[in-house]
Amino acid sequence: MREVVIEAQDLVKKFGDFTAVDGVSFEVPKGSVFGLLGPNGAGKTTTVRMMTTLAVPTSGSARVAGHDVIREPEAVRASMGLTAQSATVDELLTGRENLRLIGDLYGLDRRFVRKRTDELLEQFSLTEAGDKVVKDYSGGMRRRIDLAVSLIAHPSVLFLDEPTTGLDPRSRVELWDVLRDLVRDGTTLLLTTQYLDEADQLADDIVVIDKGRIIAQGTPLELKNQSGAASLVVTVSRHDKVHEAAQLLRGSVEGEVHVDADARKLTAPGGDVAALTRVATRLDDAQIEVDDLGMQRPSLDDVFLALTGHRAEESSNQEEVSA
Amino acid sequence: MSAATDAIAIDRTAPKPEGAGRVRQILTLVRRNLTHIKRQPEMLTDVTIQPIMFVLLFAFVFGGSIDIPGVDYKPWLLPGIMAQTIAFSSFIVAIGLNTDIGKGMVDRLRSLPIQRSSILISRSIAALIHSSIGVAVMSVTGLFIGWRINEGVVRGLLAYGLLLLFGFAMIWVGILVGSAMRSVEAVNGLMFTTIFPITFLSNAFARTDVMPAWLRTVAEWNPISALSQALRDNWGIAGLPVRPDAPWPLQNPELATIIWSLAITAIIAPLALRAFNARTTD
Repeated sequence: MREVVIEAQDLVKKFGDFTAVDGVSFEVPKGSVFGLLGPNGAGKTTTVRMMTTLAVPTSGSARVAGHDVIREPEAVRASMGLTAQSATVDELLTGRENLRLIGDLYGLDRRFVRKRTDELLEQFSLTEAGDKVVKDYSGGMRRRIDLAVSLIAHPSVLFLDEPTTGLDPRSRVELWDVLRDLVRDGTTLLLTTQYLDEADQLADDIVVIDKGRIIAQGTPLELKNQSGAASLVVTVSRHDKVHEAAQLLRGSVEGEVHVDADARKLTAPGGDVAALTRVATRLDDAQIEVDDLGMQRPSLDDVFLALTGHRAEESSNQEEVSA
Repeated sequence: MSAATDAIAIDRTAPKPEGAGRVRQILTLVRRNLTHIKRQPEMLTDVTIQPIMFVLLFAFVFGGSIDIPGVDYKPWLLPGIMAQTIAFSSFIVAIGLNTDIGKGMVDRLRSLPIQRSSILISRSIAALIHSSIGVAVMSVTGLFIGWRINEGVVRGLLAYGLLLLFGFAMIWVGILVGSAMRSVEAVNGLMFTTIFPITFLSNAFARTDVMPAWLRTVAEWNPISALSQALRDNWGIAGLPVRPDAPWPLQNPELATIIWSLAITAIIAPLALRAFNARTTD
């Protein structure tokens, strides 16, 4: 069992009558990536705010890097970095000055701050932009400098609240790469996201949270399995063979076969390797040409729909708590 | 991808991020605020161009109609405008703090191992520096319109000291307003409709003895009046002699300014700290 560096135990946060977080517990092993997945207003940000000492839990407890967030907030702050939802860098300072500001506040040696600043600017491809004021940065650059600032003191634990919200697809993929590098270097990551593909791409373990409660937990694979088995997907080459192929498929698998005639695509439940082989042989015997034949696991989007009854992009409630 | 956790590539020579010492925290944050002024020098218009405009406006436009027998209006006006300028330091703190809260900068700072009060202390110091630039500009401007320090260095400096003391008190007002209001626009609206007229309801720009009785009472008890009077007395600027029946603050303007400053601090500071803590804790 690997060492647990982030731990939440029955965290509850109420704002008046409204319960934003309602008994959330999880453990994050050292050096792993933990994804908190849920729609807007699900309680992700509030959970992160409690873990990072910015909000005091109504009840429950949490530990970060071995320190209790309520009893030892200073120690927690010294060992973690936070990249909040909106890029919180000083727009009137240059990228370099932002790094220096936070490095100085951490109490780091001045020479170390200078060296580390150069390193981080280099790592985040901001060397040229380092002396420009952040106001003139693009959205992607702003995110990168924000993340760089969070890393100035080599935190062993990093919290990222929706790190790629508002980024274009390219910047998003670039940021994912940076995060993977961090993990390779031993940083433990807790990230929140509304994007299912993001959680799928980055996280080792995922907690799905909706209306302040955990509704599912596991690896991306486990979650996908949880919402039903994989299905068998056949794309037939010729339109006039679709009907024949559908008949054949109905004879090979149990359950209803879904036919999308326009796309020449047939979907059957219960995809396993045996069924796949069987179908392949029969299609071959019947001389039906196929463009594609394979198994499809449900996407996390399907998982979310199965778990919550609504899609992840929808807001789970109208009361937006903290900005 | 998370397997190689044992070979942690963290730079072990890195000093521990225990949080900077108190002085370094504050200096670092003050420098940040001063860098803002350097990047946006137009931030200083409130303590430079605006008071100079008031000097010009009152000295040359209204001044002709404001006839105080035996008094040279222009040098007499200047301390009043300085008192107003220092009162506006509350404005500067409120806007700066509200912006930092709104943009999440206070949250970022709170996620660091530093004392929360450093955020307020540095804001206050930066605002006092900001206002002091204004007072310095006003002093130079004053030299062109006949204002002088006539009562020696010690009393001259005492007057500047009273300005700073009153500015310190007003900063708490700024922290309260900046923490309590939900937007910079709200801060602007509130300050403009309160602090601004309050500075005018005084002897800063006009003689109080010809005001209607009720207004005169308000104006003469206004801390801005005591401060203006103290500045005029200690810089030796000729004005109307204080009436024997004038209220106590005008008879003892230095002491009154000190008491006012301490009283404002004593009342507002706890409210301001509570508002800031409430706003930044959830």
